[in-house]
Amino acid sequence: MTTTTLAVLVPLLPFLGAAAGLLLGRTAPGFVRPLAVLPTLAALALAAVVAVRQGGEQAVDAATELTPTGSVPIELALHIDGFAALVAVLVGFVATCVQIYSTGYLRDDPRYPSYAALVSLFTSAMLLVVYSGDLMVLLVGWEIMGICSYFLVGHYWETPEARAASLKAFLVTKLGDVPFLIGLFALATDAGSFRITRVLGSVASGGLDHPTLIALLLLAGVAGKSAQFPLHTWLPDAMAGPTPVSALIHAATMVAAGVYFIARLLPVFEASQAAMVVLAVMAAVTMTGSALAALAQDDIKRVLAYSTIGQLGYMTGALAVGDRGAAVFHLLSHGAFKALLFLAAGVIIHAAGTNSLAAMSRMGNLRDRVPDAFWTMTVALLALAAIPPFSGFFSKESVLGAAEHVVTGHTEHAPGAAGWTVLVAGLLTALLTAAYATRLWLLAFRGRGTEAPDHGRQPLTMTVVLWVLAVPSLAVGALAYRVLPDWFDGRDLTPTLATSVLGTGVALVGAIVTYAAWRHTATMAAASPIGAVAAHPEGDAGLVEAEAIASHAPAYGDVASAPDPADPSRLLLGPLHRHAAVGFHLDALYTALFVRPVQAGATLVRFLDREVVDTYVRGAGALPRLLGAAVRRAQTGNLQTYVSALLAGTVVLVVAAVLVATGA
Amino acid sequence: MHLAYPAVLSALLFCTGLYGVLARRNAILVLMSVELMLNAVNLNLVAFDVWLSKAAEETLHSGQALTLFTIAIAAAEIGIGLAIVLAVHRNRGTADIDRLRDTAEGHESQSSDGADHSDGSDGSDSDAHTAAQAGRAGKAEATA
Amino acid sequence: MSSASTVLTSAAGETHGFLSPTGVEIAFLLVGLVTFGAALVTVTTKQLVHAALWLVVALGGLAVEYLLLTAEFIAWVQVLIYVGSVVVLLLFGLMLTRAPIGRSPDADSGNRWAALLVAVAAAAALVWVVVDAFRTTWIDLDGPAAGSTEATGASLFQNWVLPFEALSVLLLAALVGAIVLSRKTKAEMSSPPVNSRTATKSSRPVTESSQSVPGARTNPAEQEGAS
Repeated sequence: MTTTTLAVLVPLLPFLGAAAGLLLGRTAPGFVRPLAVLPTLAALALAAVVAVRQGGEQAVDAATELTPTGSVPIELALHIDGFAALVAVLVGFVATCVQIYSTGYLRDDPRYPSYAALVSLFTSAMLLVVYSGDLMVLLVGWEIMGICSYFLVGHYWETPEARAASLKAFLVTKLGDVPFLIGLFALATDAGSFRITRVLGSVASGGLDHPTLIALLLLAGVAGKSAQFPLHTWLPDAMAGPTPVSALIHAATMVAAGVYFIARLLPVFEASQAAMVVLAVMAAVTMTGSALAALAQDDIKRVLAYSTIGQLGYMTGALAVGDRGAAVFHLLSHGAFKALLFLAAGVIIHAAGTNSLAAMSRMGNLRDRVPDAFWTMTVALLALAAIPPFSGFFSKESVLGAAEHVVTGHTEHAPGAAGWTVLVAGLLTALLTAAYATRLWLLAFRGRGTEAPDHGRQPLTMTVVLWVLAVPSLAVGALAYRVLPDWFDGRDLTPTLATSVLGTGVALVGAIVTYAAWRHTATMAAASPIGAVAAHPEGDAGLVEAEAIASHAPAYGDVASAPDPADPSRLLLGPLHRHAAVGFHLDALYTALFVRPVQAGATLVRFLDREVVDTYVRGAGALPRLLGAAVRRAQTGNLQTYVSALLAGTVVLVVAAVLVATGA
Repeated sequence: MHLAYPAVLSALLFCTGLYGVLARRNAILVLMSVELMLNAVNLNLVAFDVWLSKAAEETLHSGQALTLFTIAIAAAEIGIGLAIVLAVHRNRGTADIDRLRDTAEGHESQSSDGADHSDGSDGSDSDAHTAAQAGRAGKAEATA
Repeated sequence: MSSASTVLTSAAGETHGFLSPTGVEIAFLLVGLVTFGAALVTVTTKQLVHAALWLVVALGGLAVEYLLLTAEFIAWVQVLIYVGSVVVLLLFGLMLTRAPIGRSPDADSGNRWAALLVAVAAAAALVWVVVDAFRTTWIDLDGPAAGSTEATGASLFQNWVLPFEALSVLLLAALVGAIVLSRKTKAEMSSPPVNSRTATKSSRPVTESSQSVPGARTNPAEQEGAS
């Protein structure tokens, strides 16, 4: 088979799996698990073959025009360069891991068939986005991901949190998608084609008339999908979905789509200096703010969600300084270790029966209960904190290195201001990242107190996946930075000495400070008992998690934070903690700015409809009703009245007929 | 003889019967009025038959034959009609046409109104009461 | 035939005026007045039985009119069937429906004024049209009687045999129908009313009787179960 055929099969197989799963889910439950896992696995294998054949050489391009549209043509096009090939492998890899993990995680869930089918569909859409060489087809995948995300976040729709979160995710990403769509149209109009290659060609020849406008419009969509400030608020709430969904969608793939999209169209953004600065500021605000918020969260998954936002900020930062190689490198390594973090968190939540770090910190021997999760999570946290030699270190240093390149003026890809912004924010975030990673590890695994409740052995499918995912986090980084430039733009990804020392240094400082703070506060933990645990020894992990999410707000008064005086982040953040815990009041701000006016407008419209428009309608109905009443009055049931009327009419008609006939 | 005499008498009789059908309350009186109308038609038939049979050489005497048929049919009609009236009277306890208003719009409420007029003081309550009692009586009889 | 009739009518129009009536016409007018008056009393009297008796007068008057029109067979049939049987049937009907003897003030329904209007209008229209059309038409009553029994019988059994036989079937059907109707009503009287609405709808005397029925006819247990 040609590379093109293989590449077409990659998105197609999970799609067929999803269709079959949706159709057969109820009638043939036995087929659901193979149908979920095998197409994704095959897609991974095919994506790997495609990557090997492509090998970072000349990009594979294939296109077939669907139908002549008269104006800008829409084509089914493939455009596989080194980025696409590698990101597709990552997507397939994480999706396969998540599907296998889900078979154990949602073992007893009655809605597992539809869940698995949606995950397959989602995978297919993401692969379509990755391979697509046409912006319209890319948009199709983009939107399918949005709707799948909506359904999967709302998987536990019995809980109000999940319902609200799914709606919020959908609406906020749609808020970005509308300008995104307009931006795509503007871009295609300027470039005369939806084909990415032609768009890039016309950009290279300076054919864009409104680069800043287009870039900013596209940026809105990317901010929505990739959870960048100010449209990031849906991602922490989306943690109300099952953990595998968080791992797949909200860590490794969907949120990466935005970054990947910018990486593909980076020349379009580079054509506008303003857009690059906006991108840099957006990245800086996102990464520092989210890192602060992550430090204050109590829900283990929300910590990881904010951490995802921060790491995505690194990627957009790398793009803001014009280095897409570094961005995609970080995307790859982050995808692997963040998926691992989420899946391990799922195991921990199952074992602990709670998603609250405050409750876990009062539990003894959680570490011994789930040794696989402990070790793999430790690896992933080290990668997250960018400690050498884990993969996160190399990718993050490549981002910081790219920023430093810009600052020192080695490249003309990006303005210097963007470089400074990204570099300073990146270093600050490195410190904070190490701090919240340390806090997470200490609170989760070094708790003291009563024994964690026994939830039985973790299913093999769940623990094996963790180790599989740990491999790239452990080892690949050191290899990758030498190999990857061949696949990417050829830019050097080797960490520079200055940023490496600086980055690792601040990370160590953050970790040590947090440890010290924890030592100081841990003694208080015993004095202030807190925590609620959902104990379902026989239930599967999904059930435990759903209960943990549902019970968090009643137990602590908030979905995000807990009033835990023993939390080291209180000591570290001081008065800032209160604001960081609620995501710096952005939700409240949006409520005041958008939700309330919209609701007031809706009330007004309802008033206008009910009281004003309906008055006319009722008035118009009154006359027929009166006539109807009169006619009803005539239906007395008295036969003699009827016959009288009938005969009177007959007489009148006869007289009239006679008069007419006689011509009178 | 002028044809106008029997024709006018027939018309007047017919309209008298018409008035009776429309104005009489008792169903049997209505049937009588129907008989009057039929007879008016018969008179017409006979008069025209006589006129035409004299005017023509050969005739079928269709007017007289039809008159005979009408009389026979009227006899049948009166038999069936009386049987129906008697059946209604047995079921409803009345042969008054303007009380048989089951086809009226809002029949139930109208019937309760009618009961109100006859009851005088206490309104639809008593009517509902009697209705319930009557229904119960029917149920009780079903088992008896 | 038509040419002959036009000749006759034109001749009649010239020779016979309304102001110089023949003897037959005078007799017809007088009997007609009696008939019409009897009919009027029939539809207006407040005594139901009197209405039936005045109907006899009206029908008898009509029989005389038939005789005057030389339709003797019809006249005798009229007397036999109408006066002899139909009115008797009606009297039986009045009796069986417990019609009050004497004046009943509510013999006319509230519809009477509308009925009067319709009837007068219809009468005016009919009389106008009839008079307008047949002002000059003359019936020649001389010669052999048009409705003698012989002529009628010959016509009936030569030309009208098939309708005659069909009429006998219709009479049979009416007979059977009347029997079925009475039998069914009897069955309903002995068994409970089919729908309770019938009982609800019934007039006061029956409602009261049905009120009294349960206590008399049913056992106490059933009473409790029903209530």
